[in-house]
Amino acid sequence: MDIYDILFWGLSVMAVGCALGIILSRNPVNSVLFLILTFFAISGHYILMNAQFLAIVNIIVYAGAIMVLFLFVIMLMNLNADVEPQKGQLVQLAGVISGGVLFLVVLAAIKSARPEVIDKTSTDIGLISNLGKVLFTKYVLPFEISSVLFLSAMIGAIVIGKKEHPNEFTKADQ
Amino acid sequence: MLLLQIDAAVLIEKGILITIILLGSLGIAMYATWGERKVAAIMQDRIGPNRAGPFGLFQPLADGLKLFFKEEIIPDRSTQLIFILGPCLAMLTATMTSAIIPWGPDYTTASGHIVKFQVADISIGILFVFGVVSLGVYGVMLGGWASNNKFSLLSSIRAASQAISYELAMGISLIALLMMTGTLSLREIVAQQHGFWNDGYFTWNFFRQPLGFIIFLTCAFAELNRAPFDLPECESELNMGYHQEYSSMKLGFYLFSEYINMFISSVIISTLFFGGYNFPFMDSVAAHVNPMIFTAICIMVLLAKAVGMILFFMFIRWTLPRFRYDQLMKLGWKSLIPLALVNMLITGVVLLWFTKK
Repeated sequence: MDIYDILFWGLSVMAVGCALGIILSRNPVNSVLFLILTFFAISGHYILMNAQFLAIVNIIVYAGAIMVLFLFVIMLMNLNADVEPQKGQLVQLAGVISGGVLFLVVLAAIKSARPEVIDKTSTDIGLISNLGKVLFTKYVLPFEISSVLFLSAMIGAIVIGKKEHPNEFTKADQ
Repeated sequence: MLLLQIDAAVLIEKGILITIILLGSLGIAMYATWGERKVAAIMQDRIGPNRAGPFGLFQPLADGLKLFFKEEIIPDRSTQLIFILGPCLAMLTATMTSAIIPWGPDYTTASGHIVKFQVADISIGILFVFGVVSLGVYGVMLGGWASNNKFSLLSSIRAASQAISYELAMGISLIALLMMTGTLSLREIVAQQHGFWNDGYFTWNFFRQPLGFIIFLTCAFAELNRAPFDLPECESELNMGYHQEYSSMKLGFYLFSEYINMFISSVIISTLFFGGYNFPFMDSVAAHVNPMIFTAICIMVLLAKAVGMILFFMFIRWTLPRFRYDQLMKLGWKSLIPLALVNMLITGVVLLWFTKK
């Protein structure tokens, strides 16, 4: 057992423990905090795989921006255990089934994963220059298509979030 | 079986360096509070603190002691653990960013051992700073929410949305700089700004990215919650701000972390745009003095630049009035982000033009 294994097991325990904390804690704010810790553990795994750039972007984007917005919504709605709506049995059953199906898919994905792909010795595979070169040569089409997808999602969010002017609609009808 | 191979010499060296940097930034932040009062006093034609020690120099110590010995009040209906976690996170994120700053050039001892005045030279470099800065908002947010006070909550939400909005423009303005330097490592960015004049132009990035510098500086003001962007502490609207329910040293940590942040960001701005520890005619100075003295001069130069930046932050605070909240958002989203994008575009075109030739 070398330092790699120790870190791997430590991070794995942290990731799984925090992931359990997300679904087991009654207070939504605690769930969000556990989710942030999970992101940290996953970033640690990225660093173990020599993907430093991915690790820091994971922290900047998910832990630093998206989870802040999550917290925003939860804090403004002032959710807590008392006002949590109790779901009906049918909904609970549907939740269990869909969760189980997702678990099956994840399990299948893990089963087909090849852990030997990770090369512990090559320390420059995740550097930003290598990532950029691969992204803009080999995978340039998927990269651009996904950016178009993001753009359309952004426009959609703005359209939904925009204040409606009732006068404009009547004008358009006429 | 050897479980861990640890190089004790490296550990001791880095440990000493970390301790010095931590204590140094705490000390400078402490005296920044004194400096702020003196600057404010001078600008408002007052005397400022002058009772404790000569020129009031012991005032920060007196304030610190006062905060430590004050009664600690935790609100009854607050979420206690998160309430305590708030100031801890604020201090943690404030002190973490100093890890990647190159404080001085390498120093080779007589036995050939190279001493690096940088705790960690990581490949992601400046992105680490962004990661830590983006986490800094949690201290404010959690503290404000856990206080169970409407004003604190409003203030912390203001702080968070301000930080998120200005992070974008800050990142984009920095992309233009990184396109020119071609590296994320602060160490290499500083090395590229060696001296002051080379090949018929200034080496410092300030002269290559003036627009980027202005955008970065504006965003730094907003990230630090300094006037004119100190809306989270807008006392006329929000009583006091996100730390309203805090007392004793917890309040002290919140206030103190802002001064540490100001020092660290001054150092980072000096490193990115003003050549870090480089200074004009440094090669001829290096040729004439002892390498140890040269290293000391370099570190002092970086600190002098940082102190200059801190003074600039203070002058602005006591000169400009506070923005209104909608003005702040308009400036961030409608002016700074498009400006940063244009700056990035211009930089790209210029780079392409010069590299084509």
